[in-house]
Amino acid sequence: MLALLVAVSLILLTAYFGESPSSPLHSVQRGIVQVLSPVQTGASKVLSPVRDVANWVSDTLRAKSKVDHLRQEVNQLTYQVDTLKTAAAQNAQLRREVGLDQNIGIANFGSVGANVIERDPNVWYQHVEVDAGSGAGVVAGDPVLADGALVGDITTVDPSVSFVTLITDNSFAVGAQIIDQNSDDGILAPSVGGPNQLLLQDLPSNANIQAGDQVVTSGFRSPSNSQLASLYPAGLPIGKIPNVNFANQLLNNNEVPVTPDADLRHFDSVQILTKPHAGNERAQVP
Amino acid sequence: MSDLSPKLVLRLALLALLTVIIQEAGVAQISIFGVSADLTPLMVMAVGLLAGSMTGAVVGFATGLLVDTVLVQTLGITSLLYIAIGYWSGRLRELRDPAHGLVPLAVGAAATAVAQIGMTLIQFLLGVDSPVSLLLVQQIFITVLVNTLIALPVYALVRRIIQPALPDDPRRRRRRAYTTGGLSPLQSPSQRLGQLPRGSRS
Repeated sequence: MLALLVAVSLILLTAYFGESPSSPLHSVQRGIVQVLSPVQTGASKVLSPVRDVANWVSDTLRAKSKVDHLRQEVNQLTYQVDTLKTAAAQNAQLRREVGLDQNIGIANFGSVGANVIERDPNVWYQHVEVDAGSGAGVVAGDPVLADGALVGDITTVDPSVSFVTLITDNSFAVGAQIIDQNSDDGILAPSVGGPNQLLLQDLPSNANIQAGDQVVTSGFRSPSNSQLASLYPAGLPIGKIPNVNFANQLLNNNEVPVTPDADLRHFDSVQILTKPHAGNERAQVP
Repeated sequence: MSDLSPKLVLRLALLALLTVIIQEAGVAQISIFGVSADLTPLMVMAVGLLAGSMTGAVVGFATGLLVDTVLVQTLGITSLLYIAIGYWSGRLRELRDPAHGLVPLAVGAAATAVAQIGMTLIQFLLGVDSPVSLLLVQQIFITVLVNTLIALPVYALVRRIIQPALPDDPRRRRRRAYTTGGLSPLQSPSQRLGQLPRGSRS
């Protein structure tokens, strides 16, 4: 009996691993998920008060430890905001002068709102399930935002629910750009085991990166082939360079750590961009 | 395995389903020290300790399959790990019959460690192409710690749910008999017979 169970597990593992997403095994799995999704949605709503209380306690404890650090950061940022306001005003004036569209926001990318109904705690699979599916226009590959920043993309779609693979999943990678003087490009990959850490790889060794620099999607488009383009529009915020000593890491491995802007363990709702390639638009960094 | 009553099967099936739903829809979204507790290996461990190795293995397989299905993960990975947890928890009961009240605590910690480390090893075997940080070790350690803290309440709850449907265990009955003094070999036959009514002698 025991040998039979182990054999069935191994057969399932091997078959599933080697099959395409449209194979019968995947279809059966999606069918079961579809059947169970109303139960999960109900359970998620019933358990939300318990979840909220527990998260409130956790957040309060965490917030207390962050107060001093954030006070210092506010002082620094106040100065930066003043500088940036001046730059933004100049930018707006220059854009008007060269005739670029200023009114590009998330809404232009066909944003669809959805609630998180299930979350995977595993270090290895960073997935969440949301209550919007193909019925709402969602398709696989759509970028997903929460807390105003990129948190992942849609990998599995059913009529009423979808699965989001988070940016911290080991299968995720996205072209990203640092908003600095040189606009250094790299590939953003997760750091497995670090739910609050990503790595921006393949940077030039002499990149002039500062702590606090914003990292956004680069939205690569091939000038010669319009079909060759990133799944994500340019300019979606992802995270910031943390205030740590990363000089050696940059010099030796051409990579720097990035802290996600979104709190990947606590967001309850998301925005799915169902038209990520709406023209040549660039999302605005808030 | 052969003495599984339909009542016990039903209770175990409902227990597995409810545990997976509560885990994924509620507990997984509660962050404690940056990680989430995982009820499923603890439930499988408790079933193994209470119902034996084969029942534990079957419940482990079914629970793992349900977890993989609900989370749209690679089927079979979690099943494989939970079969081991359920089976070895059951074997511990069958070979050692530990009676100490803190046994579920230790076995719960071991079960969580097996689940976490096993998943890591399988992911490496499947060729995860990603840098692995020291934080992974930290995450596994904290998850084991958090699960250890909740192992006793989970065990007590599982026992409350499935105990009424479990077949009577001769060893449990014998242990109970010793504590009440009824069948203890330390008592002399005359002491035991002394409790009988006078007319029943000879």
